[in-house]
Amino acid sequence: MGEKEGKGKVGVKELSPIDVYKLLPKTNCKECGEENCMAFATKVVNREVAIEKCPPLLTKEHEKAYKQLKEMLKPAIKEIVVGIGNKAVKIGGKLVMYRHEFAYFNPTAIAIDVTDEMSDEEILSRIKRTEQFNFEYIGQTLKLDMIAIRSTSNDPEKFKATVKKVVENTGLPLILCSLNPNVLEAGLMATPKARPLLYAATKDNWKDMAELALMYNCPLTVFAPNNLKLLRSLAKTLLEYGVEDIVLDPGTFPDDGLADTLNNFTMIRRAACKRGDELFGFPLMGVPMVAWMKRGEAPEEIAKWREAYLAGLLVVRFADVVVMHSVDGWSLLPPVVLRQNIYTDPRKPVAVEPGLKVFGAPDENSPVMFTTNFALTYYTVASDIENAKVNTYLLVVDTEGIAVDSAVAGRKLTAEKVADAIKASGVENKVKHRKLIIPGKAARLSGEIEELSGWQVLVGPRDSSDIPKFLQEKWQTQT
Amino acid sequence: MPEKKKEEETFGLKLSPRLIELLAKLQEIELEDFEMNVGDLEIWLQPGAVAAPAVALPKVAPPAKAKPTTIIETDFVPPVETYPGKVVEVKLGATKSEGGTRGKSLVIGGETTPAFYTFERPTLHPPVVTLDVFDMEVPLAKAVKMHVKEVLGDPAAWAKLAVEKFGADMVTIHLITIDPLVKDASPKDAVKTVEAVAQAVDVPLVIGGCGDPVKDADVFAEIAETFAGERFLISSITRDMDVERCAKFVKKNGHVALSFTPMDLNLARELNRRLYDFLSKEDIVMDLTTAALGYGLDYAFTNMERARLAALMGDPELAHPMSSGTTNAWAAREAWLKMAPEWEPRELRGPLWEVTTALTLLLAGVDLFMMMHPAAVKTLKDITKQLTNGGSGDADRLVEWVSAKV
Repeated sequence: MGEKEGKGKVGVKELSPIDVYKLLPKTNCKECGEENCMAFATKVVNREVAIEKCPPLLTKEHEKAYKQLKEMLKPAIKEIVVGIGNKAVKIGGKLVMYRHEFAYFNPTAIAIDVTDEMSDEEILSRIKRTEQFNFEYIGQTLKLDMIAIRSTSNDPEKFKATVKKVVENTGLPLILCSLNPNVLEAGLMATPKARPLLYAATKDNWKDMAELALMYNCPLTVFAPNNLKLLRSLAKTLLEYGVEDIVLDPGTFPDDGLADTLNNFTMIRRAACKRGDELFGFPLMGVPMVAWMKRGEAPEEIAKWREAYLAGLLVVRFADVVVMHSVDGWSLLPPVVLRQNIYTDPRKPVAVEPGLKVFGAPDENSPVMFTTNFALTYYTVASDIENAKVNTYLLVVDTEGIAVDSAVAGRKLTAEKVADAIKASGVENKVKHRKLIIPGKAARLSGEIEELSGWQVLVGPRDSSDIPKFLQEKWQTQT
Repeated sequence: MPEKKKEEETFGLKLSPRLIELLAKLQEIELEDFEMNVGDLEIWLQPGAVAAPAVALPKVAPPAKAKPTTIIETDFVPPVETYPGKVVEVKLGATKSEGGTRGKSLVIGGETTPAFYTFERPTLHPPVVTLDVFDMEVPLAKAVKMHVKEVLGDPAAWAKLAVEKFGADMVTIHLITIDPLVKDASPKDAVKTVEAVAQAVDVPLVIGGCGDPVKDADVFAEIAETFAGERFLISSITRDMDVERCAKFVKKNGHVALSFTPMDLNLARELNRRLYDFLSKEDIVMDLTTAALGYGLDYAFTNMERARLAALMGDPELAHPMSSGTTNAWAAREAWLKMAPEWEPRELRGPLWEVTTALTLLLAGVDLFMMMHPAAVKTLKDITKQLTNGGSGDADRLVEWVSAKV
């Protein structure tokens, strides 16, 4: 919406399934798993499947069409792979500047740092905490993605030993950080085939860094703090040198430099997405851990707090990879959940199908409760019921995908709707009792629900995490 | 669940002095034993590729051409746009010379560029923060009461605390007592409450209703008339209210309407159109609904970002300053629930949840934040300041991050 797309290129929104279909083999062979080529083309346009899933397209015969399709589907921001094997991460690959224009792909990768002067114990503990960061959220596990190894010693041997230690203990993709090419090379020698992201080429060391990137087939970060002309010149120079996978770091400045930071990230992304600037069409790196620099005597919690909100700002403003220092759950959770939110596909519906859901093996005495069809609400309630292992009926009322409290406020959840849902669900034939447990946040509807449905209302907990306790205390005694 | 509550209190008591010390240092404000558990808050604050597998492609043959030996200079031209549209400026509060009694008035809106695209144009009016004050003892957690126990049930004192200690630009007085299902307090009672708050602080006020469309209109009418000329923000006018009546008393008495809709730009346009029959554009702020981080923040963010871009592209029906009920961040259980030890302390996690929600929406273009936690407020205000008047990034110092010992 709004700003114009880059000249010449077809905007992602204008790309139609027909454009793709024309170049497909059109044999309807179903080898891709779709009914026909048109269905496949539609999925390709929606970025739900890669064109490589069409085996005939990859044959010599269709080589030209494949190349054309590849070009047609090329994202504004190049997708770059860091690491190898099943833990490799993809960064970039963005098609659009704003998520509502299509969807964002490849959530911002979060790297946690270790240094070559930390004790083995500390390094191992940080790796462990990075790997064990798991947060269950609406059917997904939110995780951290990478380890950044920084050389604070500037000693190649020390760095090499540290890299060795790290790769022995984790398969997570790496970012190797030093502005000294000799140090980076020593690190690469410890893990020559792991395809880490190299950090960083500057105006002073770019040639040596480019050689390393080519020799070890690694993506290379360009670092030109607060100097977009230099950043762009370096990107051009590296491309000419033969380095194809580039990551851009215009500098993350905390405090007074924050405006520069956001401006630089925004200008780069706009140039790439809206003006077709290919030199800026690469993933962006943000470094929230700058919040830890020069903190003096201030307690660590303050650095963690600042680092967390910097990470949040960068996730929203276009960062494709970030380096962080804190491994604390409280400070990492907000940016990690924010990343999930921002990278949720806005084209997908927010609601689940209304109706009666069955948990466990309920009988005629089992509890009946209701919730709304807002996906987040439903999954939260469902997971709490599942964890509690109770046999129950859950009536999902159609609130047009709005959560309980706002649905009550916005009159999307009314006593009429609840009464109608009870009738329509047939639950009255499944249980003997007529007791409905309602969400605590819908308490104000109790009277009306009783009147309209003829069911007795039990006001349940305000948060579904208390459902097991509620059932134990209130349900069994009343049955 | 008395046992659980007790455990929570003990936990809060044990931890809070440390937290407060930290937050106080961090925020340079004095906070004593501040902790909250808005999970107990009984009210809803209304305005309140699939792509190819991750495999590195085999290295392609190096280019035949000669490798560069020096940096190839390129140019960089900042990608500056001009926009046909502009967000209207709305004045909140009125001083004596402006027809009210406030010590100062504030102007929000006026944007001619997306939020903090300061490479295009500077920020005209930085966003402002209004703090929540309740007119009765709402069931806040004990730990919150510990902090505001002196002022609970005394909205005037609470407002003073919000302004003097927590740096609120404005105060929202939530008239919970008027709810027919709570105390059914009369419009006259509500006027008294507002009078007390207006006497206690001289910042512009937001008048918050209870969510009952009929009662709210009655109370707002009385307040609008009694405080004619004050340019209070009436929070809020919704589609199921008597929009014509509300718009008329807002206009007649010189206040500002908060046009509230549930996350749907078409509904927002529709309600704004109905208000245009009676109000000028400069009398309307809009609230497109705020969902908490983790609970629909993505919809809220995108909805607001789209609204702002549409306004700049010339859609006059969305060209209003935006307000956010950021306090809704506390509706997320992760903001207040005691979780497994690796996610604790929630005393820090909670306010950070509100900060993250606020900052996300700051980047979408919100002009007025309705907030709760003083630490979150301070952080938002600091960042707003940095983004508005910040100096420039110190490149020489930053280079050191790679080898910095932290």
